[in-house]
Amino acid sequence: MQQRRELDQVYTNRKLLNGQLDTPKWWLPTVSILGVVVLIGVVVIATMVNKGLGVTGLARPVYWGLFITTFVFWVGISHAGIMISAILRLTQAEWRRPVTRAAELLTVFSLLTALVFPLIHAGRPWRIAYWIMPYDISRGIYPNIRSPLIMDPVAISTYLTGSTLFLYIALLPDLGNLRDRTTGWKNAMYTVLSLGWRGNPRQWKMQTVGGILLSALMLPIFVSVHSIVSWDFAVASAVEGWHSTIFAPYFVIGAVHSGVSAVVTMMALMRWLWKWDDFIRPEHFDALARLLIVVATGWLAFTFLELTFALYGQDAPEIALREMQMFQWPWNALFIIFFLTAYAIPVPMWLFKRVRTNIALMFWTSILVNIGMWLERFLIIVPGLARRTPFVYTWEAYRPSPVEWTIFIWSFAWVTFLMLLFSKFFPLVPLFEQKESQVFTEDVMIGRAKIPAIVREAD
Amino acid sequence: MSKSILGLFQQPEPAADAMDGLKEAGFELGTFDVLTGTPYPEGAFGEYVPQHRLFRFPAFGAIIGFTLSVFLTAVTQLAYPMVTGGKPIMSIFAMLIIMYEMTMLAGVIATVIGIVFESRLPNMQPGIYDTRITEGWIGVVITFDDESKVADAESVLNKAGALEIKHA
Repeated sequence: MQQRRELDQVYTNRKLLNGQLDTPKWWLPTVSILGVVVLIGVVVIATMVNKGLGVTGLARPVYWGLFITTFVFWVGISHAGIMISAILRLTQAEWRRPVTRAAELLTVFSLLTALVFPLIHAGRPWRIAYWIMPYDISRGIYPNIRSPLIMDPVAISTYLTGSTLFLYIALLPDLGNLRDRTTGWKNAMYTVLSLGWRGNPRQWKMQTVGGILLSALMLPIFVSVHSIVSWDFAVASAVEGWHSTIFAPYFVIGAVHSGVSAVVTMMALMRWLWKWDDFIRPEHFDALARLLIVVATGWLAFTFLELTFALYGQDAPEIALREMQMFQWPWNALFIIFFLTAYAIPVPMWLFKRVRTNIALMFWTSILVNIGMWLERFLIIVPGLARRTPFVYTWEAYRPSPVEWTIFIWSFAWVTFLMLLFSKFFPLVPLFEQKESQVFTEDVMIGRAKIPAIVREAD
Repeated sequence: MSKSILGLFQQPEPAADAMDGLKEAGFELGTFDVLTGTPYPEGAFGEYVPQHRLFRFPAFGAIIGFTLSVFLTAVTQLAYPMVTGGKPIMSIFAMLIIMYEMTMLAGVIATVIGIVFESRLPNMQPGIYDTRITEGWIGVVITFDDESKVADAESVLNKAGALEIKHA
């Protein structure tokens, strides 16, 4: 913690509320450009709904392509929030402080984006109500709860609701702070949203106890969500490469890998864009990279196990699929890029402290991880369907169409757009957590060295 | 109508002295409180440690969620009894997944309600306050039914070193 500086609360307010109390010069042009991309995406989605799924590259036997890959990708990214926020809160890790809000936010917005993909993938989104909403109609048909396609929306909506509430509760003290710094309609808005926050011991106690309680409740949900997403594939016994018993933990750890990497990307951007060098420091990237080395290596072990279990059974179709995935064009090229970007390049680099504390390198390596993790999902989902099998007489090669690529790009623009919009009204770094950290810091002399130590309540 | 005064301090020590002084001057617990812009360790100001029942909320929510989920999963299957592959109508494993999610969801919602309730929020008439509290100042607020005690409270706050005293 040698990089910590003593910061007073007025300075902390001014720096961390610079997005809400002022508008940075880059904000409006960036949001406008993203807004245009979002609008184009919406038009393309509307066109696809109007024309039908024929405008995509989806065709027999590949029914699940770019949309479902991107759905799994965004659900994976969403795992950053609870992983970082809940686990670090429960373990009282000091370096969590600047990270938690951004991570929780990433959870909410990536889940919102993920939900769009199965919806539009259905072709006629309005009909989705027939198979997920438990309502009574004259036909007496109810959702089939035995299908993972029902379990999925239930799990994701639970996670989304919980994460949004978790985010809001932790925002209350900062909303009170914004109320105190604003006038006019903004003041009225923050007064209502802060619910009359004052900062008395009872309210702070509820923040602490409630935060820990919610973290403990959200963790099992976080594990269940990606497990259930994995069962969309794992219960399909007819598709080689999908039917695997280790998919649940494999997907969860993969999601944590990509999610934490996305948090690193976001933190680097936050530090650069809002100039939060005093709050998001190299030591935070160092800690995240150390965590990522462990998570990535655990994920690699699962990747290896998945391959081993597939080949161990000596099942001819399974072996044929793996051969196709790894040795046949174009899957082999994708497989090499996947392996290099998801593990082989970033993780050995993170072993060096110079890389872990270099924010530009952390930014680019975290992006590499997410390129790799997107490809991992693509290589799990598509080759299993694309492989030529007996008694299948339509062997269309799957090539994602421009419509699919546009919607794919839209999803990134949409998440960024929502983040920037949020940043205009709400702080991305929890102010009260930063200030608490200053209250609990005490310089301790050990010999002639002055060590900034963090004091913590024993209970 | 009750009257309040707010003493403002820049450091925690004099604020804690003011809280001690109020206790010694015979002010009852619950009639004075401390306001801060950041959490301080419990008891830092010698304040009244609030009791709460937050832990009951998730349990209560989970029971409701579990009950609803049993109803939803069982009744929807029984209402459309389609035998698949000669297996029983009620698919227990699939039910467990939905029941788990609904139980957790209701638990989380109830916890959030609990946090808001136990924080005594929403409170749209929060009373005397100063915006400098979120800039690091510490407020000691005293509420009286008996206005004759205002002078006593002011004297305690001044003695402790209050930088400013506000009335409402």
